[in-house]
This record gives sequence, structure tokens and C-alpha cells, in this order.
Amino acid sequence: MKVTLKVFRFNAETDYLPHYDTIEMEIDEKDVVLDVLNKIKWEHDGSFSYRRSCRHGICGSCAVKVNGRSTLACKERMKDMIELFGNEITIEPVSKKRVIKDMIVDKSDFWQKYEAVKPWLEAEIDEHPQQENLIPPKEADKLEEADYCIQCGCCYYACPVIEVNEDYLGPAAFEKAYRFTADVRDHAKKERLEIVDKLGQGVWDCVKCYECAEACPKEISPIDKITKLHNQIFEEGVAKSNVATRHAVGFKKSIEKHGILDEGHLVAYSEGFGVLKHIPEALAMFKKGKIVMPWNMPKSKNLDEIKKLVKISSTVKF
Amino acid sequence: MSKLTYALYTGCTARESTPELLKSTLAIAKKLDIELVLLDEASCCGASHLQDFDEFLSLVLNARNICYAEKRGLDMVTICNTCQLNTAMTKHRLDEDEELKAKVNASLAEVGLEYKGTSNVRHFLYALIEDYGLDNLRKKVVKPLSQLNIAAFYGCHNIRPSELHHHFNRTKENPYNPTSLDELIEALEGNSVDYEHKTKCCGFHVDLQAPKTSNILTGNAIVDALDNNADVMVTPCPLCHLNLDVKQKSAVKTVGRELPTPMPILHLPQLIGLALGCTPEELGLKHHVTEVPA
Repeated sequence: MKVTLKVFRFNAETDYLPHYDTIEMEIDEKDVVLDVLNKIKWEHDGSFSYRRSCRHGICGSCAVKVNGRSTLACKERMKDMIELFGNEITIEPVSKKRVIKDMIVDKSDFWQKYEAVKPWLEAEIDEHPQQENLIPPKEADKLEEADYCIQCGCCYYACPVIEVNEDYLGPAAFEKAYRFTADVRDHAKKERLEIVDKLGQGVWDCVKCYECAEACPKEISPIDKITKLHNQIFEEGVAKSNVATRHAVGFKKSIEKHGILDEGHLVAYSEGFGVLKHIPEALAMFKKGKIVMPWNMPKSKNLDEIKKLVKISSTVKF
Repeated sequence: MSKLTYALYTGCTARESTPELLKSTLAIAKKLDIELVLLDEASCCGASHLQDFDEFLSLVLNARNICYAEKRGLDMVTICNTCQLNTAMTKHRLDEDEELKAKVNASLAEVGLEYKGTSNVRHFLYALIEDYGLDNLRKKVVKPLSQLNIAAFYGCHNIRPSELHHHFNRTKENPYNPTSLDELIEALEGNSVDYEHKTKCCGFHVDLQAPKTSNILTGNAIVDALDNNADVMVTPCPLCHLNLDVKQKSAVKTVGRELPTPMPILHLPQLIGLALGCTPEELGLKHHVTEVPA
């Protein structure tokens, strides 16, 4: 198989702008992306720089983007990439704006945010236990695959919120927070939940785009952990009444009343007095017949069923 | 071909803030002789927010919605990406977990319903492509869109998580390089625009709590489409539509740009409808905040 590689090149110390090298390369059936990186360095340009270490998907150092898709270079087969994208393959760092040299990025913001959720077990440990400290399998199951994270950063750099809100902790930190909030041995559950509940930095700023789930090379699905953190925030009584929590609760209130969502009421209920700032937009929508007045609000058929189900199936109070 | 019939889950938006979506969906179904049976019993899917508050309740309500498609012996089609995600996600979880299914069914039994898992749940886009077929659609085109450069905005919840959508939408859509909408545009003889943001998020789900994030994401998408010479954008998701259409001015301003002319945003069935010869009235074009030129 022959491919045309477009390889991102940039040296923050000497270059003003990045450029792409175009390289034609014969690919072996067994090659992974890391083999290609090695060939570029060994056969084309010895100054080409990238991180690599374990070569079996454990150390998380070789994350790159192939045609915009984050991946671990040592795990991803070129054959599959060619099948997905064709014979023109673009190799880029996981985050162009954080590049130090070629594929090597400055991960300091990633690590700062990772540390913000206290990624260690908070527990009183008996230093000389008489017997093994056993966790029942049912409790251990709750962690799901949250313990598999290798901090490669694929999800973090794929997350669109990271690029527009520098306070946002991001999917990797949330995933790790859940790894401990779901651990029965941990004593800092509330403290962690308060960190991830904070507007601006916490889980309420997640746009639910699923980029993190798609990007994770360990198939962890950080967004599922984000949903679980939302649930725990309510279950543990950490949730404060604000626009984000009321927005989630507002759905239940609306469904209970109409079956379908009352969009206008949801905005008013979520925002409180803040609803005033939506008036210009609401007027523009009203003029175009996009606002249903309360007295015309449609209702689902068999609404009694919905009311009953909300009553008997609700598991959370707020 | 025997007449295609589906149970249509409209979602809430199509009955409220995007009435043009329901109108145009029904208009093209009529033109294509597809029967859509409205699921008037259905409730809101929770829009990926109810589950943050009460996951079990969200499962029960979505399962109930599917029950009504099952009762009619029909597959369900959705016309909103987020409805598709929530409904398909519920179906996936219940079909994979007998214990959870039993628990949900215990609730549903209280109102005389049972979730069986017999109806598939697909976005109308994929039903059109797979069941109706692009070749058949091509034959129905009376007003080719050859003058238009059209930027497809796929919307997150139809392409990610890819495994779920591959299963229920029965497609191999690559979430990093999707082609379904672009192929559909080509079938209508339009010119599909290639641009980086076609797979990106519009930020709708944080409109209230993080409006700046939402505005930047929406603004970036519109500006990228514009810079790649798009005349119009099209989306299969009414939530993306609300952001791209209603918030267009403020979004573009937030990213520090001005549009020479506003970017019209079409719902997928509106675009199809234009090519099939539907009138602007039939497609509800007057309901757009960003005007659609005749």
C-alpha cells in the first residue's frame, strides 16, 4: 500500500508558522501509525520529533491526530486508517496550538486540570493491615472501566469546550473524578463533587458532543462518567439551585405537566430573573411564529400515563 | 416498492420553536409517498438533560415512547439528532440488559404498557437513504439545486457515539468524515461544500448556562461554511438549527466577524422539498429568523 503523508511540522523555538511535509511512503500491512512516525524520523528527517515509550497502549505518550481523529500511534493500524480515510493521510499533533515541536505538545494545562480533581485515593490507610482489604465485586463494578485511563489526552484535546473556556476542567479530569467518587473506599466524594459542580469549570459546561467518547483509545467514554457525576451531584445533595441544575430539573417539571417540553417555561424556570435577557431573541422568534403561547401549549395524548410514570419512576428529589 | 410506513417521533422542538421542520417533513413524505404515523402519545425524550437529573425516569419515558411505535408494528423515525440519541441509547441499554428492562417494564406495567424491543429507531435521514434510496430520490428531483453551494452540518448526536449510530441507523458513517448528507445533496444535484466544522458541535446544550461557549461554537461553524463559499447550510437537527438560525447574528459577532449577507439555514426536509418542487409555504420558510431568500 502506498500512501501520501502530510506531516505537521513546527518548532516553537525557531518557526513563525507551521508547515506540512509531504512524504510518499510504502506501508506494510502490519504497520501501526508509530511505525510511520519512526520511518519519517529514520528515513526522511532525523529532526522530526514525537513522544513514544511503551509501544503497547499503556503509557499514553504517543497520542497524535490522524486526519483529525485522535489516536494512540502505537495502537492504530495504518491499514484501518487507510480504509477510513483513503490514501491521503494527515498526521498532526493532538493540539496544534500547544505544539513545542512537531508532534510534541505542552500538556501543562492538561495536568493542572487533572490535578484539580485530586486524582488520588483519600482514605485512612492502615499501614500494617492484618488481612487484605476486600471490596465486594458489586462495588468494584461501579468503577466500570474508569480505571483504564492512561492520561493520553486524546479526549481532552478533542473536547471543543477546552478551546473556548480555559477554566473548563475537561473530560479526562471528570473521568478521573468519577473513578474516585465511585470508589467506596474514598472519603473525599463530596469535595470532588463540589469541584466538578462549579459552573464554568465543572460538568455543567459539557456540550454533550460525544467527541471525548469517540476519541478515547481505551474505550472509556468520559461523557458517560460526566452523566454519572451529574447524577451524584443530585444524589449527594451537592447541587445548588442555579441555571444549570434548574435546566435539568425543568425537564421533569415540564414533562409532568404537558408530556412534551414547554420550551418557554423551561427557559423561564431555568433562568429566573435572568429570563429578561432572552426577550429580544424571544421577540424575534415570536414574529416568525416560533413561540407557542402558554394557552396553546400542546399536550401529549394519554398524559395521565406520563403523570403516573413520573410519579412512580422518579428516583431523585431536588 | 411497497409503501414505506414509519411511526414519526416528532420531538418537542418540531411542535414548538421549529414548526417548519414538522411541516416540511410531512410535505416531503407526501411527495415521496411515505406514510408517517404521528406518535401523539409520546413525551419529551429529556434532550440529554433529564438523564443528568434522573436517569431511570429518562429510561422509562423513552421506553414508553418506543412502546407506541411497537404497538403500531412500525419502526420509529426521528427528526431530531438529540431525540435520536436519547431514544436509541435507551433502546440499546434495555436490549442489552435484561435486568434493567425488567425494572423499566415493571414501571410501564402500571400504565398497561410493555417494552419489547421490536421496533428499530432511526433518524429519518438514514431511513430515506437506506429504505427509499438516493437513486429513487434523484428521480423525483424537479428543481435541481445545481446553483447552490450547500454546507452540510451533521450535528453531534447523529454521528457520535459512532457505535450506537452504526447499529441503529444501520450506516457506516465515519464520524470524522461523514458522507450521508453530502451524498444526499449531490443526489439533489447541489454542490456539497467541504469544510472542517461539518462534524463539530453547535453548543446548543449549554445555551443557558454557558452562552459564550455556545455562541463561539455556532459562530465558528457558520464562518467556516462561509469561508468555504457556502450559500446555505443544512442540518438534520432542529437544535443545531435553532443555534445556527436564531442565534446567528450574536454568534458571528462573538467570533469577531460580520457576514456580508446572512447565511440561510435549512432543515434537511426543507432542502429536499425545494428540489422536489414544494412551495416555500409548504416548507414553512417564513418561520426562519435568518431569512431564506426566495
